[in-house]
Amino acid sequence: MTTTLSGERTARTTTTSSGTARKLLRWNWLGGLAGWFWLLVVIIPIYWIALTSIKTRANYYTTNPLLPPGEISLENYRFVLDSGFTRYFTNTVIVTLGAVVPAVIISFMAAFAIVRAGDGRFLRGVNTLFLAGLAIPLQAVIIPVYLIIIKLQLYDTLLAIILPSIAFAIPLTVLILVNFIRDVPKELFESMRLDGASEWRTAWSLAFPLTRPALVTVGIYNALTIWNGFLLPLVLTTEPTMRTLPLALWSFQGQYGVNVPAVAAAVVLTTLPILALYAIGRRQLLSGLTAGFGR
Amino acid sequence: MALPALLMFVAFAVVPLVGVLALSFTSWDGLGAIRPSGLDSWQEVLKDPNLPHSLWVTFEIMALSWAFQTPISLLIGVFLASRERYRGFLAVIYFIPLLLSQAAIALTFKALLDPNFGLGPGLDIDWLVQDWLGNRTLALCTVVFVVSWQFIPFHSLIYQGAVRQIPVSLYEAAQLDGAGRLRQFWNITLPQLKNTIITSSTLMVVGSLTFFDLIWVLTAGGPADATRALALDMYIRGFRASSMGPASAIAVILVVTGLLLAMLLRRLGGGRETTSQLEGM
Repeated sequence: MTTTLSGERTARTTTTSSGTARKLLRWNWLGGLAGWFWLLVVIIPIYWIALTSIKTRANYYTTNPLLPPGEISLENYRFVLDSGFTRYFTNTVIVTLGAVVPAVIISFMAAFAIVRAGDGRFLRGVNTLFLAGLAIPLQAVIIPVYLIIIKLQLYDTLLAIILPSIAFAIPLTVLILVNFIRDVPKELFESMRLDGASEWRTAWSLAFPLTRPALVTVGIYNALTIWNGFLLPLVLTTEPTMRTLPLALWSFQGQYGVNVPAVAAAVVLTTLPILALYAIGRRQLLSGLTAGFGR
Repeated sequence: MALPALLMFVAFAVVPLVGVLALSFTSWDGLGAIRPSGLDSWQEVLKDPNLPHSLWVTFEIMALSWAFQTPISLLIGVFLASRERYRGFLAVIYFIPLLLSQAAIALTFKALLDPNFGLGPGLDIDWLVQDWLGNRTLALCTVVFVVSWQFIPFHSLIYQGAVRQIPVSLYEAAQLDGAGRLRQFWNITLPQLKNTIITSSTLMVVGSLTFFDLIWVLTAGGPADATRALALDMYIRGFRASSMGPASAIAVILVVTGLLLAMLLRRLGGGRETTSQLEGM
């Protein structure tokens, strides 16, 4: 789709005369209008939900929806936390870590093997299978997955969510890691081999540290997806104690739907961890994804 | 070393893909025994007037959200590509909707668009006071809008990256030839973005087949099945009505439709994506 941004940027600054740059800006007023308008469209709901979450129920009906209330109330947050949110939070953390860590590790091993195999027919086939797997939507296979989970007697456990999550994280993770490991200079692998290191050792003490930026990228990306996952918990659990956050949100609005400030606080609470993760890994995530799709 | 990943993937993605086809020839209520039933499920599904309806709803959501998202994303992408100053800031905000769970987004808009206590009545904006989720047409439009709310920022970032790949020399040459802004947009920017438009459209079109969380939490398929798209139809048949055979048949239809659409769009794009990116350099 794109090549790396940084290389392109230097190319552009050298060729752009200030005249063309200014003119490039001018014909864009329509795009500018759309850009700033859409920014408002994006911000208002986010702002509104955060604001509503600190209003009391009485205030919610009487104050201007876009202005802060006279007094800030944290009662909604207390109410939501008392409704079992710590439990759902812990579940979501377990599911996310429990799926992301193994998914990244086994995908790294597969990617390493695929790159090292070169023309090896079997592993090339495995790579093609994973690439084709990118096109399999979770929705389409959810019924057999449900059947398998029942047969494994894992229904209503967190493992039921974790196992398919790992499987569906593999294709994209392998794709990105393969692209990244391909860039490790062949000489490094050669010298490891001459030193008598096994492939296993080469993977973990050479390729793994060198691949760290890409590992962080895919780790964060998978964490976002799995944290927000809805269909797997919905279909594979019924027990309220096994709920993850998105599912808890859904059932929460069934129970407390009329209490909009409480629903708002619940939305904020489920979203904050993901925003924090994004704040930490933003640069890494965006640059890693463009690099991964680029080649 | 590829074995663990291969096993996991085969067990929970490849086997189920074959399994769903097999299950479409059985009858199963989700709990009891699975019995072969030949073509019964397929007959039931294909004769059911609900199928053309949910196919149509899926198509409507797909077409409307494509038509709504593409021009806006394209405009914003072009804008973001040239405005160095705001790019970083906008990219941060634009990415946020992509991070939120669809359940959270659906709940937010449900409350925000409430005809009695939402933003419209609160601010006394008349056109905003509508029964957004209770009216058939409006509910469909709301789904399209909320989907766009989440994905327009993503697609504009894709376009931004692509516009920045267009060699400035093309514009300089056009300027020497006396081409105006609009002409440059039509004759340089758009043709150069052809492959990106195909890529972005493929993601939109194939992605819209699988919308589930958002619609389920926002409207649950209602009012009166007005937003009961294919993936939702499958879930309701299978897990709510306990009829897994027909639900599996729908899932097969879902996969096949997705593959056909992806292949069709690929053909339109003339195959490979990366090669012609720098055409005319």
